[in-house]
Order: sequence, then structure tokens, then C-alpha cells
Amino acid sequence: MSQLLITATKKFAVALGLFTFLFGLLVPASAFAVEGEPVPDSNVFSIGGIIKDGDVVLEGIEISVLGADGFEAVGTTGADGRWSVPVPGKGEYQVTLRVETLPTGASLRDPDRSQKTVKIDVVNTVNVLFPLNDTTTPAVKPGDKPATAETNVFLGRLIAGVNLGILLAMAAIGLSLIYGTTALNNFAHGEMVTLGALLAFTFNKILGIDLLLSALLTTILVAASGWFQDAAIWRPLRKRRVGLTQMMIVSIGLSLVVRYIFQIIYGGDTKVLSQGEIWDVFGVPTQAVNVISAGVGVVILLLVAAFLTKTRLGKATRAVADNASLAAATGIDVERIIRIVWVIAGALTGISGVMLGLFLQASWDMGFSILLLMFAAVTLGGLGTAFGATVGALVIGIFVEMSTLVIPTDLKFAGALVVMILVLLIRPQGILGKAQRIG
Amino acid sequence: MDWSLVFGNAAAELISPTTAAYALAAIGLAVHFGYTGLLNFGQAAFMAIGAYGFAVSVLNFGLSFWQAIAVSMILSVLFALILGIPTLRLRSDYLAIVTIAAAEILRYVVSTTSLKDLTGGSSGLSGFATEFYAINPFPTGNYLFWPFDVTEKELWVRVFGWSIVALATILVLLMMRSPWGRVVKGIREDEDAVRSLGKNVYAYKMQSLILGGALGTLAGIVFVLPRAVQPGNYVTGLTFFIWTIMLLGGAATVFGPIVGSMIFWVLLSLTEGVLQGLVNMGVITFLSTDQIGPVRFILIGLGLMALVVFRPQGIFGNKKELQFNV
Repeated sequence: MSQLLITATKKFAVALGLFTFLFGLLVPASAFAVEGEPVPDSNVFSIGGIIKDGDVVLEGIEISVLGADGFEAVGTTGADGRWSVPVPGKGEYQVTLRVETLPTGASLRDPDRSQKTVKIDVVNTVNVLFPLNDTTTPAVKPGDKPATAETNVFLGRLIAGVNLGILLAMAAIGLSLIYGTTALNNFAHGEMVTLGALLAFTFNKILGIDLLLSALLTTILVAASGWFQDAAIWRPLRKRRVGLTQMMIVSIGLSLVVRYIFQIIYGGDTKVLSQGEIWDVFGVPTQAVNVISAGVGVVILLLVAAFLTKTRLGKATRAVADNASLAAATGIDVERIIRIVWVIAGALTGISGVMLGLFLQASWDMGFSILLLMFAAVTLGGLGTAFGATVGALVIGIFVEMSTLVIPTDLKFAGALVVMILVLLIRPQGILGKAQRIG
Repeated sequence: MDWSLVFGNAAAELISPTTAAYALAAIGLAVHFGYTGLLNFGQAAFMAIGAYGFAVSVLNFGLSFWQAIAVSMILSVLFALILGIPTLRLRSDYLAIVTIAAAEILRYVVSTTSLKDLTGGSSGLSGFATEFYAINPFPTGNYLFWPFDVTEKELWVRVFGWSIVALATILVLLMMRSPWGRVVKGIREDEDAVRSLGKNVYAYKMQSLILGGALGTLAGIVFVLPRAVQPGNYVTGLTFFIWTIMLLGGAATVFGPIVGSMIFWVLLSLTEGVLQGLVNMGVITFLSTDQIGPVRFILIGLGLMALVVFRPQGIFGNKKELQFNV
């Protein structure tokens, strides 16, 4: 136990350091664009790229860009092989490589991909790549592809995966704490994520409040929704001694009700929440807000760890999760702990919702669509353990993003769920769960 | 505003093939949950197997109507085995999460663009029911009376669907009265007691999963006969509607799922018609017509919550018979 305390103290110190560091970063965020470059004007949009044959850049290749409302422009690559076409604004554009302008011998690696549709909404500048067959370095063995491009894609997916994992972890810990203390599989948990994202959208985009303040307000409101949920629904049901399966079905009903209320209020379309500039993370262009989110997420996760292991309240929470009646016998007010857990879970899930909104954009059913990923994270780590949920969420996040290197993108969630089922086959108690008879 | 049309449409739902399909799926779920106590949250997957197994067999492999049904049933049994082997030994809340995950995996797989040639991707499949309508025994004409008046095609799909519902009901009724049914109900009440009597609980659970799943698969076939196969239909929401229907009628009752399905669809049609009418007449001004869909789902959610808290045994159920326990 004392060892646990020492590690927790260390974690806490590190956490505090990181916390101040990151908030220092956050406040003048606009001043921290890629070093040496002017802050991009947010009203200038462009599509561009570079055309290369192996390592040789090609000059004079024509690329046409077609927009939705009759916009048409042609870009030509310069001496450095680069081309760029300014476009009027956000929207979808058809980008076509004029194959006839390629020098003889050069051809597209995939002849069917001379036309691409790109969408400009979160980023002002989009790069479109048309990979050509390499005619400059003959006889490239399969699997012996140019290393830099491969590593970049690999690293890019890894960074996105860790990012998703950290954001998922906060929501999953909320789910896990609720399961741990009340044994409820809360199917309405995704709606708290959605609430977070949509409230952040309301404050930031509709009311024009600063993003940081919006996130703070949202967190407080979602935490309040956790308190309210427990007071209005879950505590009365516990008092009625309603069974756990019934409570689970109640949460399914609640999820339906809340989700469609969101749809009525906000409509069925996706709300663009993310903004701002691109940072360079180990050579991978990443949205600055996502980097900051991930940093803040790590800090929050460490704070939760410190809370659970170090504070009286945290220890009481774990005692209730271990054995509620025993905890009650030692004088812990179980109902009070459960209420606090709902508030903490609400806060964690709310902030996760804001960040996931920035990461994936906000929509009325976003929470429900990642609910299963949260369940997978919690189940992978071991039902009811907060640390397990963190590990599980990271595994799921990284797996979801990395798997797209091998499987089609529209199957990435399916891959993560397959992993969950396979882990349950081998280790039913989850990665960090206590080995006990299950069933 | 023609109110007789609203009520007519609602009444027509009583015998619609959709009602039959949902009733059939709910009977399957009743075998799982009501009788055996299995928390299956993946009934949508069994329905998807019915729909896709049938449509793909006909369209891509040129099988006949009955062969396609047989292929779907075989796929359904295989899916139940794959689902059951890792999960039936687990605690029931794990089963719930794994079944819902499996259903989503299946939905992602059938809607992926990389399988577009086989499953039609996100646009789905159609034109697979030609042979079904070719073996229609009813001559061309109009049948039945208002509000149930149908063409010969509509009559055939209704007769077919409800016949399967009737056969399934008789099958379940007989199974649950048999020694097998008593063991299965014993598992629901106290798994350890049944195990201590020397019964192989795992095998019984597996048989129940296969039986209920096969009924879900048939439901999937009946569901798609009058329409196209759309991957968007097999979301988890479908499973939750089947649960609502089963709990509405009574999970451990024979006729509960049928009556539950009838009530569910009549009420859905009625609320849609009435809300639409009130919006058109200007009585309700805070909703637009495209917000009526969400309102119906909110009502379903509220109904499910109220039902499970205040009357978990459903309309026909016996409170003693159905104990919810994890």
C-alpha cells in the first residue's frame, strides 16, 4: 500500500507539472503555430500537393479542381513539383490529375485513382497525393517501399490512436466507476459524451464563448447531469430494489429518449467543432487542439489515479466498488459515494465529450456510436477497474486507428470489437481484472 | 385531415408482414431471455443473417427460394455456435456486451464497401423475392376488406409470414412443455441447481441460443420479403425494439410477443398519423413534420423504461415466472 502511495504521489507531482505546462500552452494557443511560419489566415482555403516520380519532381503537370457551385480551376506543378489552387471556401472538391500531361513512361500507381474527392472543413489547406509508379529507381522489391512515407503513415495512425485512446479512456473510466460502484451497465453513457460535445458546440460556436471556458462550463453541466440522473432515476430505482438487468434496460430506454431529444434540438447533421492550426508532431501534421486535448487528458487521468489511490474519498470509492456491504459496515456512506461517483463520471465523460467532439466532430448519435468502444475498453481492462479501463481504452484506440493500415477504414470499429471478443475468450476477466470465476 | 385514414393505417399494422417479422424475432428472443435467461442483445444480427443469407444466396449464387432459406438457417446455426462458444460460460452481463458487439461487427461487415459486390455495401440489395412471388398461389385481385384490403402479392407475404409465426408459436409451446423446456426454465431460475442435477447447462444454453436465433433468422427473411435489404435496418436499435416488444407482451409467455408486436406497431403508426395530423392542422406548432420520427423513438424509450420498472412481467406475464437477475 505504501508503495502504491509513493507512486501515486510521484504521479501527482508529474501531473501537476504537466498541468501547469499545458495550461501555459493553452492560453496563448494562437501564438503557437508551426515555428517560423506566420499564423495562417483562417479565410484562405487551398488545395495543393506535390507530384513526384520516385525522387524526381515533375514540372508542368496539370491538375483540375471542380467545386460544387461551378467553381473550376487548374493548377500546374512548378519547378519544385508543387501545385496549389486557391478555392472559395469549405466544401467538397473534385480533384483530377490530367494523366495526359504526365511525361512518357510515368503513370499512376493505381490507374483508377486519377480523380479524388476532397473535403475542406476542418483544415484550410488540403494536400492531395497522386502516387506515381516509380520509374527512376528500377526493380523495387515488394515490401521494400520507401521507408519515410511508410513510417509517416504508421506514425500518423499511431499518434491518432493514442489520441483517441486517451480521450476514450476518460469516458471509459466514468463508465467503469459507475459499473464498479453500482454494477450497472449504463447504456446511456454515450449520451453524456454527446451532451459534452453538443454543449461545447453550443457555447463555442453558437454563443461564441472562448473554447477553454466552453469546455469548463460543459464539464460542470455534464457533471450536474450525472448528479441529476442519479437523483432522479438511479437512486429511486435502487431504493425500489429494481434488478440489475431491469436497470440496464432502463438505461437503454433512457439512451433512446435522450438521443432523439438531441436530434430534435440539434438536427441530424454533423456539427463542426474543431478549429485552429496544425502542429507538427514527430513529422506528422496533427490538429493543435487534439494535441492539447491529449495532454490535458493525460493530466486528468493521472489526477483520477491520484484521487483513487491517495484521497480518503477515492479509497472509499474503491472500497464500495470492492464490496458495498462491507464498505457500509465500516461506516462509509455508500449512497453518498455513489452520488459522488456519478458526478465525477459526468465530469470525466463531459470533458471527454468536448475533446472527442474536437477530434471526431459532434453529432446527435456520436456517443452511441462509440458506446461499444467504451464497453470494449472497459471489458478489455476488466469490468469495474478504473486502471483497467484506461489500459483498455488505449489498446482500443490504438487498435482502431492502426488497423486501418490493414483493413478497410469502414471496418475499423468492427476490428476493435473482434479484439474484445478474442480477449474475453482467452482472459474472461480482462487484462487487469482479478481472476475469479465468471459465470 | 382524414382521420379514418390514420386509424385505417394503424389497424392495417395488425396483420402487416413487418408486425409478423417483429413478432417472430420477439418469439426467438423470448426463447433466449424469457425462458432461458440469456441476455441476448444481438437479435438484430440473426435478422441480418436471415436477410443477407437469403438475398445473397438468391442473387449471387442463384439458389431457389427454399434453398436460400436453408442456407440462411445453416448460417444462423453457425453464427449461434460462434457467438455461444466464447460467451455462454461468461457472466450474463458479459454475454449482453458480446452479443451486441457481435451484431455490430456483422453490420459493419455487410455494409463495408470492400464487400460491395456481395452485399451491396451501404445501398443494400433488392430484387431477390421474384421466385417467392412467382409461387404465389393467390390469383390476381383484391382481397379482404377495409382497412385490411390487400393485393394478391401483399396477401401472399402476409399469409406466409403469419403461417411461420403460427408454426413457431406451436413449436415453442411444445418445446417449453417438454422436459427440455423444464430444464431450460430451470437454468433461468437457478443455473447451479440445474448443474448439480447433472445437466449440461452449457449445452442447453447453446441449444436455446440456436433455436431462438433460428427464429430470428426466419424473422429476418419475412422482414425483407416485401422490401429491400438495407444495412441501416440492422442497427442495435432494432434489437432494442424487439426487446420492447417482448417485454410488452410478456417475456415468458407464448402469445406475448405476438400481441406485443401488434400493439407496438399499431401504436407507432397511430402516434405518427396523429402527430402528423396535428402538425398539419397547426395544433402542434413546436414540432415540424420531420421531427415526428424522433418523437416516436422518444415515446418508445419512455415506454421501455416505464414497462421494465413498473410491469417487468409484461401484459400477460406472471410476475412469479419472470425473475430478472444477473
